[in-house]
Amino acid sequence: MVQYSRTRLDASFAALSDATRRGVLERLGRADASITDLAEAFQMTLTGMKKHVGVLEQAGLVTTEKVGRVRTCKLGLRRLEEEAAWIERHRHLWDARFDELDKVVEELKRKEKVDGQKKRG
Amino acid sequence: MDKRREGESTPIKNHTTVERKSDRELVVTRTFDAPARTVFEAWTKPELFMRWWAPKSMGVPLLSCEMDVRAGGKYRLEFGHDASNSSAFFGRYIEVTPHSRLVWTNDEGGDGGPVTTVTFEEKGGKTLLVMHELYPSKEALDAAGTGAADAMPEQFEQLDELLVALGASAGQS
Repeated sequence: MVQYSRTRLDASFAALSDATRRGVLERLGRADASITDLAEAFQMTLTGMKKHVGVLEQAGLVTTEKVGRVRTCKLGLRRLEEEAAWIERHRHLWDARFDELDKVVEELKRKEKVDGQKKRG
Repeated sequence: MDKRREGESTPIKNHTTVERKSDRELVVTRTFDAPARTVFEAWTKPELFMRWWAPKSMGVPLLSCEMDVRAGGKYRLEFGHDASNSSAFFGRYIEVTPHSRLVWTNDEGGDGGPVTTVTFEEKGGKTLLVMHELYPSKEALDAAGTGAADAMPEQFEQLDELLVALGASAGQS
């Protein structure tokens, strides 16, 4: 989990280290936009913008969807939140289970100790 | 390390980690303050398994649990508030290596259910438990909520409400 989060964080921070990419996120926060829209808005070539969007996508900050011939970009934060919530749901269940399992295991250990003493006694 | 204190339980809570290793894999890890044989026993004896597999917070108790813990053997779990209103979870053990490894299928959803692998690794009297679930597709894992909890029909919730309304005590320990 720690390594996974760290990799994710590294990717996110790397993605956010560029002013254009931060601008793209800000813009997508207001409305979805196509790669062409973004390239125009930031006065860049289509290829350059594709690269930036690719980095943001890798970091999970943006999702893109191709509708017809237009690739639309939207903020991917919601997806990150969903992922965190998904993990949390699972963690909640296993945590509760394992707390109960601790009790069972403790009891087995106590029994074993008593049995051991009986055998020796 | 004071050896004489061995066996006295120190109430340090071990941390459960949940990680989505890939699109199709879920991995849960946890350390237990007991030897592997003890933890393994709690996973393979129905009467013990029933005491922890359905924690109260899940909201649905385990009604029954049958396990034939050997390669090829079947298991069956029934969750519910009463027999007429229950959900069954079942499958078979693919691999059983005492005190170190369990692998089973989850067949209640028909073909292509996840395969669960649990390993027990003992270190200095403690056991590192790793539960790994491999799903047939990303969608299947996305849809996996919390096992039995998300397969529960709505009438259970309604039944709960009814029981509360009737003043019955929910859940007996």
